[in-house]
Amino acid sequence: MALADDPRTGMNPAQPPAMDPSLIDPEEERIARAKRIEGTAKWLLPLVVMALAVWLWDRVVAWNEIPHYVLPGPGLVVETLWEDRALLLGSLWITLKITFMALAVAVIGGVGLAVLFAQSRFAEMSFSPFAVILQVTPIVSIAPLIFIYIENRLVGLLLCAWIVAFFPVLANTTLGLKSADHNLRDLMTIYRATRWQRLIHLQLPSALPYFLGGLKIAGGLALIGAVVAEYVAGTGGIGSGLAFRILEAGYRLNIPRMFAALILIAITGVLIYGATSLIAHLALRRWHESALKRE
Amino acid sequence: MAQPDTSTEPILRLRQVDKTFAGNIVALRGMSMEVRQGDFISLLGPSGCGKSTALRLIAGLMRATHGRLDWPGGGEGDLGVVFQEPTLMPWATVERNVWLPFRLRRQSLAASRQTIHEALALVGLEGFEKKYPRELSGGMKMRVSIARALVTNPRLILMDEPFAALDEITRQRLNDDLLSLKAKTGATVIFVTHSVFESVFLSNRILVMAPRPGRVIEEIDVPEPYPRGDGWRNSHAYVEMAARTSNALQRALHPESEGV
Ligand SMILES: Nc1ncnc2c1ncn2[C@@H]1O[C@H](COP(=O)(O)OP(=O)(O)OP(=O)(O)O)[C@@H](O)[C@H]1O
Ligand SMILES: [Mg+2]
Repeated sequence: MALADDPRTGMNPAQPPAMDPSLIDPEEERIARAKRIEGTAKWLLPLVVMALAVWLWDRVVAWNEIPHYVLPGPGLVVETLWEDRALLLGSLWITLKITFMALAVAVIGGVGLAVLFAQSRFAEMSFSPFAVILQVTPIVSIAPLIFIYIENRLVGLLLCAWIVAFFPVLANTTLGLKSADHNLRDLMTIYRATRWQRLIHLQLPSALPYFLGGLKIAGGLALIGAVVAEYVAGTGGIGSGLAFRILEAGYRLNIPRMFAALILIAITGVLIYGATSLIAHLALRRWHESALKRE
Repeated sequence: MAQPDTSTEPILRLRQVDKTFAGNIVALRGMSMEVRQGDFISLLGPSGCGKSTALRLIAGLMRATHGRLDWPGGGEGDLGVVFQEPTLMPWATVERNVWLPFRLRRQSLAASRQTIHEALALVGLEGFEKKYPRELSGGMKMRVSIARALVTNPRLILMDEPFAALDEITRQRLNDDLLSLKAKTGATVIFVTHSVFESVFLSNRILVMAPRPGRVIEEIDVPEPYPRGDGWRNSHAYVEMAARTSNALQRALHPESEGV
């Protein structure tokens, strides 16, 4: 994200008008030019490479006359995306719903648990092993059990996505709550702040950058959790998300639709990452180093 | 303006205070001192002689192993503190940083604003209310920290090597400003430093401390009254006091060579 430079730092590469040519430092000019080029390349290169890849994909399919039930060309995928839009968008909506609900519960649960851990070291010692066990056990191996014990499919999916997503929020926020400057902590003691005041005025703001870092990871994981859990849950009739569409299309050898659903999932993931990054940037841009650095 | 009145009761008295840390590290041994209203006391001594430990005891951040800490006039814990680092909340503006002690007493920003602005004006930072700490230089951050310490007009301000991390020029300017601030507000200060010149320049009493175990080995009065004029830094009295203090510090560092 390109930010206006702080005028004080004097790093703004804007050219001053009418400069004594003998004062121009070629080395610095070269560095400034390289920086500008890099700034453009950062978004232009991925676009060009992506376009090239799609074109190559199209050509490979056309040149080798690959049948569309093996590998559909990009044109056909887009066509399918458009033709099946009602079906696919309906499924996307369900996957999104599960993802965001899981993310919301992960944030509430993760932050809540982290605050509890910060209040009591004994609580942390007692419960953090459970959090770690939940995190390191692959969700595909827990999910079948969850769907045996939990009747409601939606709740089951939500639980799976939550298990995957909540740990980074918990771990990062716990670390953040402990990272408050020790002198500021002493200051709180000297001013006789209550536990609550200490939490609100010192610990939570200190934890914010860490929490937002966790949120970025959790957003993507919630989507993965929602998709993976649906694979495990299998053909479940009502309320079928994108994963179910992929499974279903696979059974019917409707490969273009598989690709269309896959692309929707990928786009969703990128958008979630973009959104969480934007939230982090907006929340921290006034004060945190991570949001202030230009590179 | 408010001058130290030596006839009054001390506001703080330390009597034979010991502090031993786990592992039998004796940080302080038999430390005694008195602080009167309007005093500017320097704790001067080599690294590890227990200066910060003494401040932390006074701040109530830990308890003495033996000995007593009395606040004869009451007002225990009515403190302002300045650390070696500015210790500002990076997420809050200058104004909101200085608001902190009021905020913790549940006083609204609107009700505190006038006092906050006065404190910022005292440290020469009017107009910087809405800036964030990262937009300020090291010296300006330290000024914010000082404004926060004196905004509540506390009975006692504790400063632990507040200017040690600053460059020489900024440091001198802050010392000048601290001195005029002292004259204007009559604040009572305990100031920890490694610098002989800083201690003589600022304080009316210097407690020279020696290490292993940490204790006060010498008390030096600096008779120059506040406000101290512009000539103080170059005056004969100043140079003489600095020499005396420097000798005392030498004795603290090398007790054997002096046969004390
Ligand atoms: N929390 C602690 N636990 C154990 N030992 C400590 C602790 N705090 C200080 N000490 C020890 O007590 C002694 C005095 O420390 P203190 O920090 O008070 O010295 P100081 O005079 O402030 O030194 P400096 O000028 O370097 O800041 C040192 O030997 C130090 O190692
Ligand atoms: Mg110290």
